[in-house]
Amino acid sequence: MALATKSLQFRAHELANASTQLKVLSTNELENISLPTFSDKLKAINLYPLLPTGIQILQVNMGKMCNQTCKHCHVDAGPDRKEIMSRVTMKQCLEALKGTDITTVDLTGGAPEMNPDFRWFVEELSKMGKKIMVRCNLTIILANPKYNDLPQFFKKHKVEVISSLPYFAARRTDAQRGEGVFEKSVKALKMLNEVGYGKEGSELILNLVYNPTGAFLPGSQNELEAEFTKKLKEGFDVEFNSLFAITNIPVSRFLEYLVASDNYEGYMEKLVDAFNPSAAMGVMCRDTISVGWDGYLYDCDFNQMLELKVNSKTKHISEFNLDELNKRNIELNQHCYGCTAGAGSSCGGEVV
Amino acid sequence: MKQPIFIHLKFKSKFMSKTYYDPADLSKFGDIKEFQPELAKKFFDYYGDVFKEGALTAREKSLIALAVSHAIQCPYCIDAYTSGSLEKGADEEQMMEAVHVAAAIRGGASLVHGVQMMNKTKDLTM
Ligand code: SF4
Ligand code: SF4
Repeated sequence: MALATKSLQFRAHELANASTQLKVLSTNELENISLPTFSDKLKAINLYPLLPTGIQILQVNMGKMCNQTCKHCHVDAGPDRKEIMSRVTMKQCLEALKGTDITTVDLTGGAPEMNPDFRWFVEELSKMGKKIMVRCNLTIILANPKYNDLPQFFKKHKVEVISSLPYFAARRTDAQRGEGVFEKSVKALKMLNEVGYGKEGSELILNLVYNPTGAFLPGSQNELEAEFTKKLKEGFDVEFNSLFAITNIPVSRFLEYLVASDNYEGYMEKLVDAFNPSAAMGVMCRDTISVGWDGYLYDCDFNQMLELKVNSKTKHISEFNLDELNKRNIELNQHCYGCTAGAGSSCGGEVV
Repeated sequence: MKQPIFIHLKFKSKFMSKTYYDPADLSKFGDIKEFQPELAKKFFDYYGDVFKEGALTAREKSLIALAVSHAIQCPYCIDAYTSGSLEKGADEEQMMEAVHVAAAIRGGASLVHGVQMMNKTKDLTM
């Protein structure tokens, strides 16, 4: 179905408001089903309150600005969003990292590369010896000549590149991510391959993210990876390392899609039916902490978009305290079912 | 302009469906065990095993199931195996080709009986 190509915020849509999203998500008496609360599900398996297992990863959302306006975007990102992280906040991130054994920094957005201080931040992280991951939407590499050398820049700092490619053909990719995105993504993938990314034996890692292009769950990550490997190699001579199958979380524009297409109830029912206790044990908020463009801390990028700040004395990166954060109770709501369905879903794909 | 969203969300109704087929019944398939648990268990265990990856991939099995669903015209199965095929990574062309396979077999099954009709006609006519 056709949806608008502007952010919810630009359209002054009700769902641009986090509290409205939470109101929808908290409505558990639907037409045909009553949904159990996620907290009750965790109680039944003795996993409530949900606690961190130890923070290993700092996920930094560098801003909501993006060159694309994908229909399923949980960030409500787009060219019309101007909220981006300042260098002051980035410095606070670096400062926070200094006293910790956090090994990995995961850069996301929006398109993080559009932040004018992106390269500076990567260079500083690289000096600290952190493992750096970037969630690159691929088309940004071709969006403007000033981004054309991103593959070389990533290579220089051994940045792991994680890129969304919902399908190995244009129709479904473009339906989710915008007209012409598939063709540009393939070009960008080739540019990454050319500098050594995704090649066998190379230490430059290029992982792809598959997410379903509609109101259905992802199938087996292994099978999808095998199919993608074959189709991308045969059809486009493109190589990559691993495929992460990620479930769409009912937040922001994906929530808009679900409600507008009358799929909300069916989708929530699917997520609840597919609840997997082992996946719940491994949800990413247990070892990741997420920082928003304005420096506030969240359990994950989804809670960030729902404005559910961490339940801890430490609420902002400027007052980062790892011990405090490791003791917090994780904030939960019904969208969390997206992380525990089937084989589970995290920013690194399946969790079981 | 503000777009109202709550009107799209439907809430629980107490009334029973007035048609024979209710999409909500699909997720109640497992309830058949209520009247006969042993046979239901045997069936669902077998069913689960059939659809596991084997000599055929889970995607191929989903596509076969989708074709059969159309041949037997079961709306529950069409619903289940459309989602199933999408989840397993099948694309629109593959899914429609599966439906054409069902259609070709069904059409062919009628037409091949034309030979029987021809035989009988030849028996009965001068
Ligand atoms: S999904 Fe990613 S690429 Fe698409 S609009 Fe959102 S941030 Fe941008
Ligand atoms: S949505 Fe966030 S808080 Fe909820 S389970 Fe997933 S990662 Fe954890």
